[in-house]
Amino acid sequence: MSDALDVLGQVGTWKASGKGVAIATVITTWGSSPRPVGSQLGVDDSGAMVGSVSGGCIEGAVVQEALAAIKDGKPRLLDFGVTDEQAWDVGLACGGKVQVFVEKVN
Amino acid sequence: MKAETIAALQSARSERRAVVLATRLSDAAEALVYRDKAEGPLAADAAVVAAARRAMEVGRSETVDVGGAKIFLNVYVPPARLIVVGAVHIAQTLAPMATMLDFDVTVVDPRGAWATTNRFPGVKVVQEWADEAFDKMGLDVSTAVVTLTHDPKLDDPALEAALRSDVFYVGALGSKRTHAKRKDRLREAGITDEQFERIHGPVGLNIGAKSPAEIAVSILGQIIEARARRLDALAAPKAAAA
Repeated sequence: MSDALDVLGQVGTWKASGKGVAIATVITTWGSSPRPVGSQLGVDDSGAMVGSVSGGCIEGAVVQEALAAIKDGKPRLLDFGVTDEQAWDVGLACGGKVQVFVEKVN
Repeated sequence: MKAETIAALQSARSERRAVVLATRLSDAAEALVYRDKAEGPLAADAAVVAAARRAMEVGRSETVDVGGAKIFLNVYVPPARLIVVGAVHIAQTLAPMATMLDFDVTVVDPRGAWATTNRFPGVKVVQEWADEAFDKMGLDVSTAVVTLTHDPKLDDPALEAALRSDVFYVGALGSKRTHAKRKDRLREAGITDEQFERIHGPVGLNIGAKSPAEIAVSILGQIIEARARRLDALAAPKAAAA
């Protein structure tokens, strides 16, 4: 029922079935941000997702880093700021900033 | 994160135990910090354990600096609990909506015809008098109680027990007139005016709710507000000191 533990439950199930899995967690927010600190996104080695770390703005980039973390086992700290609409880069249209920690489940 | 850590977080939840997962961001080393113990490689660092317990008190996850290392403290508190007294029509919409909002919901009603699981699929239903059920469940600061029966002999004992505990929200369905009569009865039962003022009655935010589902929304809106105010109040002294 609880959002965060639903994510962990799915991640645990993936892990137990032998998949490579990573978890991304919102660890700091500044200004308006769509998801509060502690929000989590679980990713398996096929790119399947559970949960969220934003309103969908940064998930694509986070999944790429999660897949890399599953491969090399190293944790990552990602910073996302405001979207530059001209440059089509990844960011938050709402104007907030978030920091996301990505780690492999061992 | 370790797979065992996930299992530990899940069992803490099912036991309604608060726990903080501390993670050092440089290498993902972890500690699981409970009220009475701490486990994992980071648990040897007393400063990390102390910071985790502070975060647990406030109930907010945050990233802190401990001796030059960045530590993320993820607070897992048991989900807020909603006890609905009266397995009535409004309860049939209130219970599933509250479940959707992550409340741990229990419906209590001593009347067998009402308190049936097929009227409340997926919700805990207890066929008991409210005060007896409360004794077994233990009312705490993360619990909200709402009475819906309209029947004083069912509602009043529940309200009395709730007002003598430190639940964060008490609501009672009924008009202003009903509520005034309720005040007289509870006063005779030894409830002080100050205690009585904790009851949200007539229950719910004043949004012109008419249907059972609308009334459920107004009640849940008020409960969410009460919980947010309480958490803000807990966090305020720390914000002022920073």
